[in-house]
This record gives sequence, structure tokens and C-alpha cells, in this order.
Amino acid sequence: MVSGLINANPVVYEKKERRVRSAPSDADEYAVESIDQQEVFDHIRDIKDPEHPYSLEELKVISEDAIEVDDHRSYVRVTFTPTVEHCTMATIIGLCLRVKLIRSLPSRYKVDIRVAPGTHSTEAAVNKQLNDKERVAAALENPNLLDMVDECLAPSYE
Amino acid sequence: MELEDGRFELREIQKLEGHTDRVWSLAWNPVTGVAGIPYVFASCSGDKTVRIWEQSPSTASWECKAVLEDTHTRTVRSCAWSPSGKLLATGSFDATTAIWENVGGDYECVSTLEGHENEVKSVSWNASGTLLATCARDKTVWIWEGEQGNEFDCVAVLQGHTQDVKMVQWHPTMDILFSCSYDNTIKVWADEGGDDDWACVQTLGEPNNCAGFLVSGHSSTVWALSFNHSGDKMVTCSDDLTLKIWGVDTISAQSANGYAPWRHLCTISGYHDRTIFSVHWSREDIIASGAADDAIRFFVENKDKDGLVDGPLYKLLMKEEKAHDMDVNSVQWSPGEKRLLASASDDGTIKIWELAPVSC
Repeated sequence: MVSGLINANPVVYEKKERRVRSAPSDADEYAVESIDQQEVFDHIRDIKDPEHPYSLEELKVISEDAIEVDDHRSYVRVTFTPTVEHCTMATIIGLCLRVKLIRSLPSRYKVDIRVAPGTHSTEAAVNKQLNDKERVAAALENPNLLDMVDECLAPSYE
Repeated sequence: MELEDGRFELREIQKLEGHTDRVWSLAWNPVTGVAGIPYVFASCSGDKTVRIWEQSPSTASWECKAVLEDTHTRTVRSCAWSPSGKLLATGSFDATTAIWENVGGDYECVSTLEGHENEVKSVSWNASGTLLATCARDKTVWIWEGEQGNEFDCVAVLQGHTQDVKMVQWHPTMDILFSCSYDNTIKVWADEGGDDDWACVQTLGEPNNCAGFLVSGHSSTVWALSFNHSGDKMVTCSDDLTLKIWGVDTISAQSANGYAPWRHLCTISGYHDRTIFSVHWSREDIIASGAADDAIRFFVENKDKDGLVDGPLYKLLMKEEKAHDMDVNSVQWSPGEKRLLASASDDGTIKIWELAPVSC
């Protein structure tokens, strides 16, 4: 057992089957395609956990059901569940989710990220930090943090 | 002109492009736009630069006259002109504050103020231009005094906020400093002994019942504040989606040689539906607010309360729903005769607006 990990033995779950998006045969290639839960999930499911070689999907940190999308209002809320309730990696995971969605969704989108109610010991503090864009902008100018985020995001671009 | 009787429209005069990242803040040069001097303002951005914009006297169109770069190494978060319009202070995430001087059309960095441990978030000059305040994520507020030859000495480091300080703003006439924070409070700082003996004299805090006295503060990060022209009212805006108006009794403030307690007058809620980042009170008492819902709203005092004693003290004058394609980070009224407003956004653009009466 490796010492020093926040959660040394996480439960690993099976990945959900990848669905192929069905395209109607008379699809107009110029039509605006609306963004749905599945698309948002596909953007973030392969993000790697900061301390384990598993994806956020495999650790059930995120699931499709915990994504709320209102394409008409250009709004997404992702609720994630840290593997342990005192997880100090929660802000890094939240930062990864935010960065991936900023890079993947159209700029008109407003994104809220939060930890699932009752799953983290400092829930309010983590949520406040993740939704303060000034703190997020400053964090992403920190080379060490940015490296960490990019490492977690690398698998999701494969 | 009676504001509440007339109908207004917001005209987009020009959209200014040039910054390559989000525009965080902007500041009008206070001595421009009058006596034939063309309007000038500065903007600062996540692209680490500051841009100086000037209105061409011949075409009335706005042009970028200078790009101030290679000094700050990270986001430039805040900028402010000295009251004389000669110096521009810029605060950056690189933990420094730079002082720029306009020398024959060229802007030179004449001083760099170091001391904060991390991101500087706001800079503000006092009314006489002798003092500069800065604040940072390190939870402190610093007061600097300008000396001969663009030397700046730190005369006070103010500790009291429990989280990062988002904005500092001097009172428009008195040497009283206000700061607002991620800790949900607004603090008032005064030089009590008159000998750089700066201390926190009041905290406008979270909603609570303190000794039977209800304090109606903000319930989340306070992002910005602005004073009315005479300085007896202040508006604050917050992540709690409200604007709050605070008032002070000016007679007792003058007799007390400056400081008198501020109290909550009213809360404007139910308008913006995402974080309100910026608020600015015009000389004509129009409050402009810009928010993460991409909208700009205008509020005025409600002089016609329909006979209701408890009617709202302020009402919505008008709103511009899609003012920008992304979050509105800063709204600033121009000096001078015109009713111009500049807005800065995450979409990388700045817009110049004119609030004008609807022509019949």
C-alpha cells in the first residue's frame, strides 16, 4: 500500500458503455446542435483523478445524472462526489472540470461546479472557491497548478 | 432633466477590440472629456497588458493610443488614474503595483510597488492624490504615500479581513478608506490619530442579530463599491446577487472630523441572476451595475413610491440584457458633460454606451 495518499484504496467502478450519437438521416449540417447531458458527460468522463490512474467516471466522482444542462439558457451545472469527505483534492478536481468545460463548451455557456451536498467536510468553502472566477483565473496562472490540471486532462483529449 | 419622468435608451456607440483575453477593469482619466480635452480611459486584461484609449476629436471614434506591456508578468486586474490624471496605477496578479506617467504621449513605468505576498486585486487614489491604497489575496490592505520623484513609501499595512480583499476605494472627499472582501464584509478604515495610525473603525458584516441590532450585510463575496457624488451614500454589489445601499450622516461625519457610522438603507434584489461584479454611481445618481449574467442594469432612487410608506427606495430604470457575449466585469461612467458608460467583459471587448433620452 502506498502511503501518503488521501484515499489509498478507492473503489473502482466499470465504465459506462459509450453510446454512439444517433444522427438523423436528413440532418442539416448547418443546423445548431443543442448540447445535452450526454455531450457534457463525454467531455469530462475521461478526466484522470489527481492521485489515481483512474478516470473520474471509474471512481464515480462524476456521473451523467449529476449533470444538469439547460441549452436554451446556456447553463451547465456539474455536481461531483469526492471519494472521501475530507479529500484535499476536491478543489483540483473541481478546477479540472471547470477548465475542461471552458475549453470544450461554447463561450456563451455559464458553468457552475459544486461538490454533492453532504459529501465534503468543507463543502461551502470548496464551492465558493470553485465559483470565484478571479481565484480560478489566478490559480490557472500558477504553473504548478496548471501542470497538475493539464496532466489530469490529458487522457480526455485522446 | 427629470430622470424618472423621461424614457431612456442605451445606445451602443462603439465596440473596442484589441485585448486578447478577458478585460477585467477600466478607468476614465478624470481630467478628460472637459474643456475640449478628448476623452481618455485605460483598460486592463488577462493578456497582461494595459491599453490606453482616446476619442479622436475629428472622427469621434475611439482608438487605442498605447499598449503598456512587458512590465506586469501576469493578469493586470485593476487600474486607477490619480486625480490630476497624470499618473496611472495598475495592480497585477504578479503581486506588484506599477505607476505609469504620461510623458509626451508615451507611458513610462516610473515606479513599481512591491510588498504584497500574492495577487493585487485593486488600486485606488485618495481625493488629493497623495495616498494610494492596494489590496490582495494575502488579506491585507496597504496604504502608500507618494513622495518626491515618484517614490512611494508604505505607511500602513491593514489587517482585519479574513479572506482575500477584492476592492479598495477611498471616500470621494475624506481620507477614509473602504475595502470589500471574499469574507462577505466591507471594512471602513480611518487614520484616527492623524499620524498614520490607521485602524478599522467599522465592519459592515454578514446578516446577523448583534445585540438586538439587525445588521443587513451581504451573504457572499462583496466584489465592488461606489459612492454617490456627495459621499453620503455608498452602493456595494455581491455574489449574493444583491446591491446594497448604505448611508452616513454627513453632519456628524464632519463634526467628528471624518468618520461616522454607516448604516444599511436598502437592498436591491431580484434583478441580476448571476454574480454582480461591478457597480458605479453617476454624478446624476444613476447606479449602473454589470454582472456575470452578461447584463448591465441601471437603478435610480424611487421618488414616486405610489403612496406606499414601505415602497422600494430604488427602482430599475432600464436594463441591457445582452450587453456583452460573456460576463460584464466592469462598468464605469465617464467624467465630463456626456452621459457615457464604458463596460469591460470576459469576451475581450470594451463597449462605449450613451444613455440618452428617447427622442419623440
